[in-house]
Amino acid sequence: MEELLKQCEQTLNDLSFATVRDWKAKTGGKAVAYFPVYAPVELLHACEVLPVGLNGAGDNLDLQHADARFGSFICSVVKSTLEMGLTEKLGCFDGFLFSSICDSARNLCWVMKRNLPQMYLDFLHLPHNPQSRSSVDFLASEYRRLARELEKISGVRLSPERLRGAIALYNRNRALIRQLYELRTQSPHLLRTSELYLLVRAGNFLPVEEHTRMLEMAVERFPWRPGKQRDSVRVVVEGSFCEQPPLTLIRLVEEAGCYVVEDDFGLGQRWFESDVPETGDPIEQLADSYVNRSVYSSVRHDFRKPRWAGLEEKVRRTRADAVLFLIAKFCEPAYFDYVMFKQKLEQSGTPHLLMEFEEKMFTFERLRTEVETFVESLVFQ
Amino acid sequence: MSEAVKSEYRGGIHQRQKELMMRWYDRLAESAATGRPPAVSLMISGNCVELLEAFGMVPLYPEVNALQLAIRHQSLEPILAAEEMGYAADNCAYVKADIGCYIKGLTPTGGPLPKPALVLCNFVGCNTYVKWFEHVSMMTGSPLYMLDIPFLREDEPSQEAIEYVVRQLVELASQLEKISGVKFDPERFREAVRCSAEVEGLWSEIKHLSRRHPAPFDAYFDAITLMGPLYVYRASREGVEFFQAALAELSAKVEHKQGVYDEEKFRLVMEGPPPYPYFRTFRDMFAKWKATAVASTYSTVGGLWEFGFRHDPERPFESVARHMLAQNVTNRNYLQRYEQIKRYVEEWEADGVIIHFVKSCRLFSAGQGDMRDYLTRTLGIPTLYIESDLEDPRYFSEAQIRNRIDAFFEGLEHAKATGKRQLEPLAAAASPLRVLG
Repeated sequence: MEELLKQCEQTLNDLSFATVRDWKAKTGGKAVAYFPVYAPVELLHACEVLPVGLNGAGDNLDLQHADARFGSFICSVVKSTLEMGLTEKLGCFDGFLFSSICDSARNLCWVMKRNLPQMYLDFLHLPHNPQSRSSVDFLASEYRRLARELEKISGVRLSPERLRGAIALYNRNRALIRQLYELRTQSPHLLRTSELYLLVRAGNFLPVEEHTRMLEMAVERFPWRPGKQRDSVRVVVEGSFCEQPPLTLIRLVEEAGCYVVEDDFGLGQRWFESDVPETGDPIEQLADSYVNRSVYSSVRHDFRKPRWAGLEEKVRRTRADAVLFLIAKFCEPAYFDYVMFKQKLEQSGTPHLLMEFEEKMFTFERLRTEVETFVESLVFQ
Repeated sequence: MSEAVKSEYRGGIHQRQKELMMRWYDRLAESAATGRPPAVSLMISGNCVELLEAFGMVPLYPEVNALQLAIRHQSLEPILAAEEMGYAADNCAYVKADIGCYIKGLTPTGGPLPKPALVLCNFVGCNTYVKWFEHVSMMTGSPLYMLDIPFLREDEPSQEAIEYVVRQLVELASQLEKISGVKFDPERFREAVRCSAEVEGLWSEIKHLSRRHPAPFDAYFDAITLMGPLYVYRASREGVEFFQAALAELSAKVEHKQGVYDEEKFRLVMEGPPPYPYFRTFRDMFAKWKATAVASTYSTVGGLWEFGFRHDPERPFESVARHMLAQNVTNRNYLQRYEQIKRYVEEWEADGVIIHFVKSCRLFSAGQGDMRDYLTRTLGIPTLYIESDLEDPRYFSEAQIRNRIDAFFEGLEHAKATGKRQLEPLAAAASPLRVLG
């Protein structure tokens, strides 16, 4: 398993996107990248397009141009994504898909469009009014529009059978991820979060079939791994749904005495609370699942189920001692939600700590001290 | 260069605007005291005030309250109160000022503001609106309706997007019926839409007056004065009368060749909201150079009418949907804003563009460096980029901004005197939106 984890880490840090290039060379297919948080990957797969989830460039790329284009007060993932485009790192992609998650990411789509005119760029409007039945109909029409564009790219015609097949594949993949998440919650000493993170996120760069095989192997082997329980506090990590914290920071949180028993890393890959139905009109089922069966997130709004209720439920279900807010610097949706989350946690007496991160962080010592102090305060209270 | 000139245009419209806005605050105070007329919280961008007018409800615009506080130098106290509550330094300061006012019981006039009968979040491009109104709904306990407007990707909205918005507007009308106790009257709605169409025609004519040399008013600073009545009274007869009077006053200025200053030395296009906490100071920095804004993108936040769009009383729901989807700067895509600025520079004959990056508003500001790149390198338009904030006084560095503005005008002045272009557009400008050379 250690070898597998090492490979996953290499894949995440590989800005030449070797897995994508290999797949394209082998199949002759097309690849479309998508910006966080969520993209209807089943549609891409059904049009024989490889969906690739890009969460910025981490600390693997120097920003030479993007800073000047986006200025101060804008998060790293927006800038590093643009930088990849401006420095021709995205050559193996035949398109790039964005959605209505925040204002910076939305503007990024159009800035990319101007600077990469040869690339297919699209913007999905994911609806914000789930109370209205019209939301599902509108989203289904968005998906049909997207499918027509994808068909042009790949030359493959979408059929209900193909889409149902893709839905089944991704249901299986998500079920395995749920299983691993459950294993991690139950036995965080056997499967560390920094490891689970690698296993799940690597799926962004692999064909779903291959990733599913990898997850099956993990589900089989991790429960039997030797592991020793530590005297750690159980924490839920909240706020990293889009830009991803440096892996060093996730490891640091664990080393400083935390069992991360729930998190929102790579949330788009675990977007549905339950399977997307494999019967009926598959486009409508996908749309209905987004509107009615998706996880809470700071970039998805559903006033029927407040997000803070989702967080409280997570804390309860995982028997967590505390919540760690890991928020990307300048991530406005997370900052706004932090206010409400904080209020609710204080009402229920759940301790919490706020930490900000950026893709390019070089010193982690201050954060280490903060987490250690926080853990001590919980252990000795 | 002579020192600060403050002799810009102050006319009857400024006085009349003040009266109308005070009357609006009186109505809100009445609503607070008696519950009538019911107030509905609404955002400025692409607002659908026509539908409220059809039920005799009064709009409550938190942005207007926030900017009033900032102009009166009262925004810092509520901002700090919100930050104490947990809002981040990097959250929109409009939101913080508004929330801080709830916490501290402050209002811009000192008079009471009503509890909204409905918090109507018209999501028109600005994701912060969604969070803002969710929090307002939480704090006031008022019900919330989320009117979701798909973002504009193409030149025109799709039929599916129009149907989606119309379906929501119909749902909303039925909710407003229940809240107001007033039965929906299609004729009253049509009349509101008819008024809007008239106001939009007048407003568009006013905006086209600034194509004249000299422009009779400043299409940024004075336009902001006119924007209050435009959003509060657009769908009413009072709005029509106000804009008829405004057009007459400004047309008379054109006839007499009166500009904003005794001489119009520079013509500008302004991009981005103003720094309200330093509104006067900021304006004086341009007055010093006798520079008039002939067009601005900020004045199209609530609606973009100078290129021909009007509400249509024959198709009231559909035209409200079209306005929200496609005819306001916030729901139009970023490249459409580039093109809007380009048209202003060409058709309103401007000498340059000022981009004001405001920290609070990522909708406006995220990517403005790229916009500057397009304007300067691709089109060869002199462009100045400055940073501060629209609500938070802590981000206005007066000396630095003044230096940059002075240096910009010195460059323009030199270019005018020598007849030399400061910048040459890229040869690649033939393909309008390609820059990387």
